[in-house]
Amino acid sequence: MVMTSEQRVEASELAGKGRSPWADARRRFFRNKAALMGLVILGFVVAFALFGNYLAQWSNEELDYNVMGQIVELGGPSIASGHYFGTDDLGRDLFARTVQGTQISLAVGLVGAFIACVVGTLYGAVAGYFGGRTDSIMMRLVDIFMAVPYMFVLILLLVMYGRSITILFAGVGLISWVEMARIVRGQTLTIKGREFVEAARATGVSAPVIILRHIVPNLLGVIAVYATLLVPLMILTESFISFLGLGIQEPLTSLGALISEGAGTIAYGTTWQLGFPLLFFCLTLFGLFFIGDGLRDALDPKDR
Amino acid sequence: MSPLLSVRDLHVKFPITRAGDMPWTKPRYLHAVNGVSFDLEPGKTLGVVGESGCGKSTLARGLIQMVPATGQVNWRNETDLLSLSPRQMKPFRSEIQMVFQDPLASLNPRMTLGQIIAEPLKTHRPDVPAKERRARVAQMMERVGLLPQMINRYPHEFSGGQCQRIGIARALIVEPKLLICDEPVSALDVSIQAQVIELLKELQRDLGLAMIFIAHDLSVVKNISDEVMVLFLGRIMEKAPKAMLYDQPQHPYTQALLSAVPIPDPIAERAKQIVPMTGDMPSPMNPPSGCVFRGRCPRAQADCAEVVPQPDGDLHRVACIHPGPMRESELRQHEVS
Repeated sequence: MVMTSEQRVEASELAGKGRSPWADARRRFFRNKAALMGLVILGFVVAFALFGNYLAQWSNEELDYNVMGQIVELGGPSIASGHYFGTDDLGRDLFARTVQGTQISLAVGLVGAFIACVVGTLYGAVAGYFGGRTDSIMMRLVDIFMAVPYMFVLILLLVMYGRSITILFAGVGLISWVEMARIVRGQTLTIKGREFVEAARATGVSAPVIILRHIVPNLLGVIAVYATLLVPLMILTESFISFLGLGIQEPLTSLGALISEGAGTIAYGTTWQLGFPLLFFCLTLFGLFFIGDGLRDALDPKDR
Repeated sequence: MSPLLSVRDLHVKFPITRAGDMPWTKPRYLHAVNGVSFDLEPGKTLGVVGESGCGKSTLARGLIQMVPATGQVNWRNETDLLSLSPRQMKPFRSEIQMVFQDPLASLNPRMTLGQIIAEPLKTHRPDVPAKERRARVAQMMERVGLLPQMINRYPHEFSGGQCQRIGIARALIVEPKLLICDEPVSALDVSIQAQVIELLKELQRDLGLAMIFIAHDLSVVKNISDEVMVLFLGRIMEKAPKAMLYDQPQHPYTQALLSAVPIPDPIAERAKQIVPMTGDMPSPMNPPSGCVFRGRCPRAQADCAEVVPQPDGDLHRVACIHPGPMRESELRQHEVS
């Protein structure tokens, strides 16, 4: 059979990739102005964390002996001295320090949220899918975890095992998966009742494969939204811990630790020591919250 | 010919726990399927009809251990499917495949057509190389009337009829011997229903499939079935070869169902006499004694409450102690508003 040119065009269109639910969500996301702004802000912060060191005139460890002792008079932000954001109380370049702090804060947020998502999703999906007694036992365990004052536990962990960044990562991640597990379990219960899961069971697909192939992909929307809201939460938690003086240890720093230092010296008039770390802290949180909001609208258009 | 599937005394019960029950209170049971027995020969179609909630779908799910069932489900007179562990059951799951009611809901929205249709093949024949699997998926798509170019598309891009074709392709890719269709056309337009039914009949002829076809539309069942089984409250009321059941229905319930089918001719429709049926479906938690249909039966007598009628007989089985066609006095003029 010879195809007409019209038929050929139609056939080639049909052969193309289908429009996946993800592609639809992406289109909706990019039409959302607030979410796009959030993406731009976050992109700027991430670029600052990744490439800021190439712009810095000073490293984050060097002490500037010229300004030492006269921080209030000479340590302010200036292009001429190379301290774009001024210096901290010891004469270290605040620009380089802020770059370093942003790196650490973002890392804590991302790693913590990642751990929480993986553990919480698997736990919640398993509990929800198997149901019955397994579900009851697993969810009661979650209830018990939620009843524990986690900030207290985290502080105890840091005191007991020393102030290491690994403990902080693991601790922050492992205490925040419980909320995730609950959300995922609830969603799993509704997905489990859908016919396509029944179809897979009738075909003889094993339970782990059903969870990973049919349930988790349909949960990803919820997970993505919750994860973007979890990252700022993680950053806040880390900042709070650092503010208390327990989190990140010198010479490493985080935005929380820098804010804490800046707040301590504000009485001397060195406002930049508080202002610049706080600015980046707020920008990060703003960006992430707007992106989270946009993702929710894009992935769940029915819920608006 | 020896039957492909022979079901003996199948029961499905669901425990009902009410809020506030203590762990030691005896659960009450909802008896969804109550002592169903039938044989199905290779290549034949058994139609299952009945009102909503009569246990049609539960029967289908009980056969393949999707819900816990007791009784016997003999496959080729060799294996009792209900005695198998989930692991032992797995090879039989490729022999018995299922087509579902809601075409779109039975397809995973995050998977492409190719992935959906290939899934049973991937599960049961992991040895088939990816290239051959793709070729077989394309072949199957063509077989059910879908363009193979659409292999990378997602379910939401298709119409209901097309989705049901996808569901059929998925079921047939592992070359099953028995296809259980759980109301496969009740969610579709009438014109699409006819297409899907014709497709199923054609595939059955070509592949020698046996089918259990569940529906509540009597004309659809008449079109596709060899034998028809009428269920009420989890029990067989009447089971007979198609022609016998439709021409000489013996059970009052079957007669009532058949008289409720609208006739697409207003004059005939007005002249039609119907078998009156009163009341609602009795609760399966608390079924009436004796014949479960007696509360709605125009012919119910005192002895109906005492004996549980068994669907006896060889070819034409009727579970009624007063069977037979309705007398003139029992009928009522159909009121057309």
